[in-house]
Amino acid sequence: MLSIKNLHVNVGDKPILKGLSLDIKPGEVHAIMGPNGAGKSTLSHVLSGKAGYTVTEGSVSYYGQDLLAMAPEIRAREGVFLAFQYPVEIPGVSNIYLLKAALNAIRNHKGLPEVDAMDFLTLVKGKVKLLQMDEKFLYRAVNEGFSGGEKKRNEILQAAILEPKLCILDETDSGLDIDALRIVSEGVNSLRSAERSFLMITHYQRLLDYIKPDVVHVLADGRMVKSGGPELALELEEKGYSWLEGQAA
Amino acid sequence: MSTSVQEIENLISQGYKQGFVTDLEADTFVPGLDETVIRRLSQIKNEPAFMLEYRLKAFRHWQTMTPPDWAQLKVAAIDYQSISYYSAPKSKKAGPKSLDEVDPQLLDTYKKLGIPLDEQERLAGIAVDAVFDSVSVATTFKAKLKEAGVIFCPMSEALVEYPELVQQYLGTVVPPGDNFFAALNSAVFTDGSFVYIPKGVRCPMELSTYFRINAANTGQFERTLIIADEGSHVSYLEGCTAPMRDENQLHAAVVELVALENATIKYSTVQNWYPGDKDGIGGIYNFVTKRAECRGRKAKVSWTQVETGSAITWKYPSCVLLGDDSVGEFYSVALTNNLQQADTGTKMIHIGKNTRSTIVSKGISAGRAQNTYRGLVKIAKSALNARNHTQCDSLLVGDKCGAHTFPYVEVKQPSAQVEHEATTSKISEEQLFFCQQRGLSAEDAVSMIVNGFCKEVFRELPMEFAVEAQALLGISLEGAVG
Repeated sequence: MLSIKNLHVNVGDKPILKGLSLDIKPGEVHAIMGPNGAGKSTLSHVLSGKAGYTVTEGSVSYYGQDLLAMAPEIRAREGVFLAFQYPVEIPGVSNIYLLKAALNAIRNHKGLPEVDAMDFLTLVKGKVKLLQMDEKFLYRAVNEGFSGGEKKRNEILQAAILEPKLCILDETDSGLDIDALRIVSEGVNSLRSAERSFLMITHYQRLLDYIKPDVVHVLADGRMVKSGGPELALELEEKGYSWLEGQAA
Repeated sequence: MSTSVQEIENLISQGYKQGFVTDLEADTFVPGLDETVIRRLSQIKNEPAFMLEYRLKAFRHWQTMTPPDWAQLKVAAIDYQSISYYSAPKSKKAGPKSLDEVDPQLLDTYKKLGIPLDEQERLAGIAVDAVFDSVSVATTFKAKLKEAGVIFCPMSEALVEYPELVQQYLGTVVPPGDNFFAALNSAVFTDGSFVYIPKGVRCPMELSTYFRINAANTGQFERTLIIADEGSHVSYLEGCTAPMRDENQLHAAVVELVALENATIKYSTVQNWYPGDKDGIGGIYNFVTKRAECRGRKAKVSWTQVETGSAITWKYPSCVLLGDDSVGEFYSVALTNNLQQADTGTKMIHIGKNTRSTIVSKGISAGRAQNTYRGLVKIAKSALNARNHTQCDSLLVGDKCGAHTFPYVEVKQPSAQVEHEATTSKISEEQLFFCQQRGLSAEDAVSMIVNGFCKEVFRELPMEFAVEAQALLGISLEGAVG
């Protein structure tokens, strides 16, 4: 459902992605690891439509559509979800308000009526429980005063409500303690289905202990240099990245 | 606005017209201002003698004054001799003949606000023939107020029906010499609202200027006086969300509120006067003097305003807290976009003991606009245990606008406690992108964030206004993103 072909991306004049290719089928969980500066964040930003990146070559096809030609909010409504590495705060806007507005924007796009208030409340409360969060947080402003762990859990909560088809997790494990990591992972695992794909960006094997990937890729110097099964992650943990650097894919 | 409201409105303007016995030599006065003009104005309106005297005294004083220029505003010089100071109701000769002649942007806004077509005509200044219809709604409304003993009528009617009451209070909160524009208003005011709530009465419904307005001419120099007698309660709504056009550029109103012991006045304004085109040409100057006096113990006055229109907004709704335990509140959202300017805020003057005031000001700047908060918290020596809390927040949308704050705090009583908090923030790219990534368009995101910013103030508005105000904010910010 996601097909990235030979993607070249610049930030300003600097080339970051230098011919990246990737194929993800529905229901698959892919992990992308790699050294800092490899272009992992750039990939997640380009896929979600963040401004400031120039595609100089290549294409991204999403369910047959040209993803790069779609505005960020359209991509979102078509089922692309990015769990941010550093979720931003939005004072004055409550979490529940944002959730409802987002869900209705997506439903509207699909030609569905707005969600019934009572049904929505029931849905949200259920997911909040699943992520072991306090209901009270729903009425607090988005991410305002949240700890790192709470922000990440909030991202997964939003994914649980908005039900994306492609879920990009940008270093979701960074800044999480052991318990928070476990809870977030359980949340992600509960979202796994045959219709949903995940693209997890991470530095550490640890996350992959909880969320077992189908495929592991190594992104180095703007390109995929190696792909393999879950055991590749273990190999990286042992050997680091240097044995792969300098290898063209 | 529903058709029943339109009916009431037509009805009241009909009745009002009948009050004019004298015939008009001309529909509109030739531009210019001198004592003759004022005498004619007073005569046409059939005013009691004291009113003419009041006007003339104010005029003579005005002639000795110069326009103030201390505000953070660029105001083009106004030629007071080129303004016509009276226009008979229903004469809209200068107005457009049909909606086809109206600025399409304006029409677009009306549509977005869900305003029916005939309503659009009225707002765009097209002369509407008054259709005399069945009186059911209007009668019920007037009857209810009469039953409660509430007086709510045009100022011109009050001067004829209740002259002693008017004379007792007019000019006691804002004296003619108070400032340049108040002096001018005192000399040439055309009409406004007069409200009197008797002792112990809780006004059975919210009073809206919409019910009182003279159908054609929006008041250029409006004069409003509201008196809440002991133990009474009233909520008054002024304005409307739809952008109102007027060929008169200067709007210099005066509003005086008097709250006696244990009385409460809630005054809400939603103002969306035509702000001018995107180059700032043709917008309205909204220079208003609004002041309340809490004269009795435990009297309370609450000002809530949402100002999104006008080329220039210049006003400081204020409270003088004379009575012990009296309370003054000011909640404001002032939004400026494109080339609009605002210099607005409040004055809370604490004189009695144990008085309390709350100020919540939310300024939003977008486009190339300038938005200034100017507030005064003055605690007199007599104001034992005075309390004030001020929260003054600015939000900048884009990088070409400006937000300024001029707080003045004068405290002469050691037992007073005054708190001032201020924040300035921006809608960041990160916040916008986050919302977009959740499926919201950039415009919806800005609207959501701005409404969240204004929540505290919108909470104070009567329900209907609050809903309209939120929609209005979204529309006013169009074009501010990107």
